[in-house]
Amino acid sequence: MSSAHSHLLYRHGDSLLHRLPAHAKVLALVGFMLVVVATPRERFLAFAGYAALLAVVAVVAAVPVRFIVTRMVVEVPFVVFALLLPVISGGPRVDVLGLSLSEDGLLAGWNILAKGTLGVVAAILLAATTDARALLIGLQRLRLPARLVEIAAFMVRYADVVISDMQRMRIARESRGFQGRHLGHLRVVAQSAGALFIRSYERGERVHLAMLSRGYTGAMPLVDDAPVAPAAWATVATLPVGAAVLAVASGWLA
Amino acid sequence: MHVPDGFLNAPTSVATGAVAAACIAVALRKAREELDERTAPLAGLTAAFVFAGQMINFPVGIGTSGHLMGGALAAVLVGPWTAVLVLSVVLMVQSLLFADGGLTALGTNITLIGITTVVAGWLVTRAVLALLPKRPGSVVPAAALGAFVSVPVAAAVFVVLFAAGGEANLPFGPLLATMLGWHLLIGIGEALITGLTVSAVVAVRPDLVYAARGLRPALQLRQADGTLIPAPAGPGPSASGTPRASLRGLLIGGGLMAALIAGALSFLASASPDGLERVAESEGFADSAREHTFGNFSLAEYGEIGGIPVGLAGLVGVVITAGIAVVVFRFVRRRAARQQNVST
Repeated sequence: MSSAHSHLLYRHGDSLLHRLPAHAKVLALVGFMLVVVATPRERFLAFAGYAALLAVVAVVAAVPVRFIVTRMVVEVPFVVFALLLPVISGGPRVDVLGLSLSEDGLLAGWNILAKGTLGVVAAILLAATTDARALLIGLQRLRLPARLVEIAAFMVRYADVVISDMQRMRIARESRGFQGRHLGHLRVVAQSAGALFIRSYERGERVHLAMLSRGYTGAMPLVDDAPVAPAAWATVATLPVGAAVLAVASGWLA
Repeated sequence: MHVPDGFLNAPTSVATGAVAAACIAVALRKAREELDERTAPLAGLTAAFVFAGQMINFPVGIGTSGHLMGGALAAVLVGPWTAVLVLSVVLMVQSLLFADGGLTALGTNITLIGITTVVAGWLVTRAVLALLPKRPGSVVPAAALGAFVSVPVAAAVFVVLFAAGGEANLPFGPLLATMLGWHLLIGIGEALITGLTVSAVVAVRPDLVYAARGLRPALQLRQADGTLIPAPAGPGPSASGTPRASLRGLLIGGGLMAALIAGALSFLASASPDGLERVAESEGFADSAREHTFGNFSLAEYGEIGGIPVGLAGLVGVVITAGIAVVVFRFVRRRAARQQNVST
């Protein structure tokens, strides 16, 4: 389980952002995104400012632009939706390049595009600088219910195991000539899914027994509860506070 | 592909976050009854399974593929409360580690995918189980129907949220009709894979399927003189063989259900044609809305919001969807028949 401590989006490094405690980063990010989402869509300057803030964060974290851009594909379906909004929305219409577009739809599309993109980039920056273990400790320190964090810990720890189990099943299927071409093949895939569930569940039972034999009493100890230095809090606070200042300032300008 | 940041406004995001937090708090308490102190490892491994299961692509026909959402499946396999925890954790990890689904939209995503699908799927499954004979095999059609209904219900909840706090001005009626139309089709895929997966588990380990608890016949011991006595309580394998679900039966049942709901929808739909829903349905929502489950069917109640009746376009959308479904069914049935000939 060498990969248990990293994940798909994690980028190994030793920047300031990598060293900050995970729960502080999560809080800062949520604060930042709440400000972004609450910003009225007409304040274009504010959004430019948010993007600049994230660019600074990316530079500090030494995350290259390419890394971020290639991982933004999760957003594509919503980009399509945002581009479609000007066409399908109601309200007064304006002519843009010969197309009759809804004024409100243009703004709505821009709104979703801007906020969604900022959200995805911010989340990528968090994921790129926080490994899974640090994040779980961070969630624990955020006083999330211990049981929920434990479930997340087991999920993160065993996701790789279960996924490679699944890939072995796929290889086994395909080496026997299986090709999932149409709905009739669904039964085969679903049987694999059923087998995967049984394997996962039974693995969970074995893990539980192994934990009991090592003295598990129903709660995992908190590994690392060192207090966060005030300087670290001040550092992470610059992001949401900066965003809030931008939001207010753009309100004055508008 | 969950709801990203900025789709719903800040108050709605915060409100759904509060709903999600409250539901998770209740689920944490109730899940102990389902799994006792084994909750963490078993729910964690189930979450890993759901996470992996969402990666399994299955062909939906007409060149597209779908993947499992897993709310109803998890509810049937490990119980509704644990399923809420499992789906919430999956969504949380996806949002924090995979940038999939906005951080401020996490509450919305948990409400839609983690809670609505589970609750709707579980209620329908229980209702169907109450009507079917008390056999472990009855879980299969019940789970399939639960999964089928859970998808459009979540889509309906999404539309209601979007109407309340959406960042775009789209007419409510056509949006609802379009989303329901598409998600009925997606629901068929979810129903098929859920039903077949549950069928595979029930055939091997019926004791693992939460919804099948209490459906297994009591174990009986045959004495030396041939009389049967009830076995002492304790874990043991089920005595009865469990019937396998037929793909054909699932397809026909799902088709009938879709036709029924489509019929009800078109009956409720009224006049006022415009081109909106065609565009939306042929491009926009098919991609953007694939993942949401549905919550509420009281279309009549919402039909007049904003003075916009459910349009004729909605009706057209539903009929087209039903048509596509029929074509897919035919295709699949023919293939299935051919396959049967080959395999026997």
